[in-house]
Amino acid sequence: MIEARGLSKRFHDKKRGEIRAVDHVSFRCEPGRIYGLLGANGAGKTTTLRILATILEPTDGTALVCGYDVVEQPEKVRASVGFLSTATALYPRLTAQELVEYFGRLNGLNEATLKKRVDEIFKRLDMNGFRDRRCDKLSTGMKQKTSIARTLVHDPPVMIFDEPTLGLDIMTARTIATFIRECRDRGKTVIFSTHIMSEVEKLCDVIGIIHDGKLLTEGTLAQLRERYAEQDLEEIFVKVVGPLQAKAEV
Amino acid sequence: MNLNAVGIVYRKEFTEWVRDRRTLISTVLVPLFLFPLMMVGFSALAVVMVGKAEKETPKIMILGGEDSPQLVASIKKLDSLEIVPYAANWRDEISNKDIRAAVAIPTGFEKSLETGQSETVKIYFYDGEMKSSFGANRLEKSLKDYRDAVVKDRLAAKNLPASVLSPFSIKQENVAPPEKVSGATFGSFIGYTVIILCMTGAMYPAIDLTAGEKERGTMETILSSPISRMDLVLGKFLLVFSASLATAILSVISMGTSFAILGRTNLMNSSGGQTLALNLGLLSVVSVFVMALPLAFLFSAVLMTIALFAKSYKEAQSYLTPMTFVIVIPAVASIMPGVELTPKLALIPVLNTSLVCKEIISGTYHWNSIALIFASTCVYAGVALFLAFKTFQRESVLFRS
Repeated sequence: MIEARGLSKRFHDKKRGEIRAVDHVSFRCEPGRIYGLLGANGAGKTTTLRILATILEPTDGTALVCGYDVVEQPEKVRASVGFLSTATALYPRLTAQELVEYFGRLNGLNEATLKKRVDEIFKRLDMNGFRDRRCDKLSTGMKQKTSIARTLVHDPPVMIFDEPTLGLDIMTARTIATFIRECRDRGKTVIFSTHIMSEVEKLCDVIGIIHDGKLLTEGTLAQLRERYAEQDLEEIFVKVVGPLQAKAEV
Repeated sequence: MNLNAVGIVYRKEFTEWVRDRRTLISTVLVPLFLFPLMMVGFSALAVVMVGKAEKETPKIMILGGEDSPQLVASIKKLDSLEIVPYAANWRDEISNKDIRAAVAIPTGFEKSLETGQSETVKIYFYDGEMKSSFGANRLEKSLKDYRDAVVKDRLAAKNLPASVLSPFSIKQENVAPPEKVSGATFGSFIGYTVIILCMTGAMYPAIDLTAGEKERGTMETILSSPISRMDLVLGKFLLVFSASLATAILSVISMGTSFAILGRTNLMNSSGGQTLALNLGLLSVVSVFVMALPLAFLFSAVLMTIALFAKSYKEAQSYLTPMTFVIVIPAVASIMPGVELTPKLALIPVLNTSLVCKEIISGTYHWNSIALIFASTCVYAGVALFLAFKTFQRESVLFRS
């Protein structure tokens, strides 16, 4: 379970002054559901997810992840979360197995449990063929599988995906999409950010549209279609974001 | 603080470190091979060059002297000099190294000698050019011998003994043991080198573990794990510190070996210099190492903190290159003649360690100074590590774009 309560994040930029990357964002993600955070580049998706993963600290507000406060108990939050993004790269000089074991140990798994978990995940993701290969020698698909194995090694109840398919080929992107669905099916709480409409339509149970740091609307796809009298998600997005975008451009 | 987590980070960083070819170069190859190359190689080269210069018979030109046949004959009879015919462009010939030196004999020199007038014989040479200096020296020696002979003849003519000119003689004698003499000569060089290598050993891993992580995109990966930032910094810091120490240890071993080889081959002695009696005993090696500990600690923390500000490896290198000068300048200052350890200098980081290493190697142990330097460097190192912790907490630094 994730519960964001008035999350805000302000940055100071020398040229632009104060920037409100996230502005009083509140939402709830339930276990066994995929929450999709949809927004254009710079809308505040990554900052929101980084706050939930406690990589960044909110300026105002807070969030509860599995009942732990992101400000007060960041280490407990991180132990409950699997965080995957295109920015979460792998250590080039470690093998796939060493990398997964490293994160397992950091998550407090003992050696016996770790071995069992690693064997299980490597088998499930069909990674045994390259478990002893260094990460800098892996193909993009193998790297993605290794990243997935990293996020799964401690079996976290919450999964956070920040544009996980960005820049990936179709087959690798499908592997990620399948993995996200599996996480939901296993009862995990999943939050997922993207700017690709088709991904949201295919994967998300609840959609939140974020723009300029503000969560403008949220609901299931059916609810959004009804609310905005549009079938196509792209049209819905334009209806939600368009007026604000136009105002900003004036 | 969770020591288990620190250990996990350290082990992982160590695994990556030893698998990196650049580590092998900066930590192992440079200290192990740089010294033998510098000490043995350069010394051998110097011996060869000096020997070659000494063996050469310098070409000398005599300017004037037509009315001083005895002096000219005394110069010409020397086998160690080759006299060449006069040429008007003798200055150019010296500068162009065609001849090594020229001697100008004043007109009426021998007549002046007979009448008791004092004349000046000038030797022209190329200052800073070794072979020219050798030629000028031989020329000067032959002129002095001639002068002594003239004085002797004059004294004999007046029935006076030669000792009338030197009622007593003066002799300088060294009383310091050979280790101290060599320590004073080479100690500052050793301290300086250990300091520089402590820094270069720490520099690469400091960049790799901070800016390198940002550049590769692994910083966000590790920050999303449950490890606390303090434990993460400590694990990384210990690796950088280990690299710095490994470089220092290897450099001390390498230097000991290099001096042993030099001592055995006695290269320095054959060059005409003093005998190399530098004996890096266990106590001095251990003491230099102990004094290098807080400095390696300080370098590791400072370099990590600075490198963390960079977004990429290249940017970090451009930040740390000026740091090299900041460290080299006080280290070089310790080599300068006359710079001695004082209570004030004992508080200046880098310079203090370099100066104390010089004393230790020459066998002098001023325990108060050693304690003061060790303690002050520890304090600086502690402050630097605290800054590293604080910098790792700053989002604006970790996610600088």
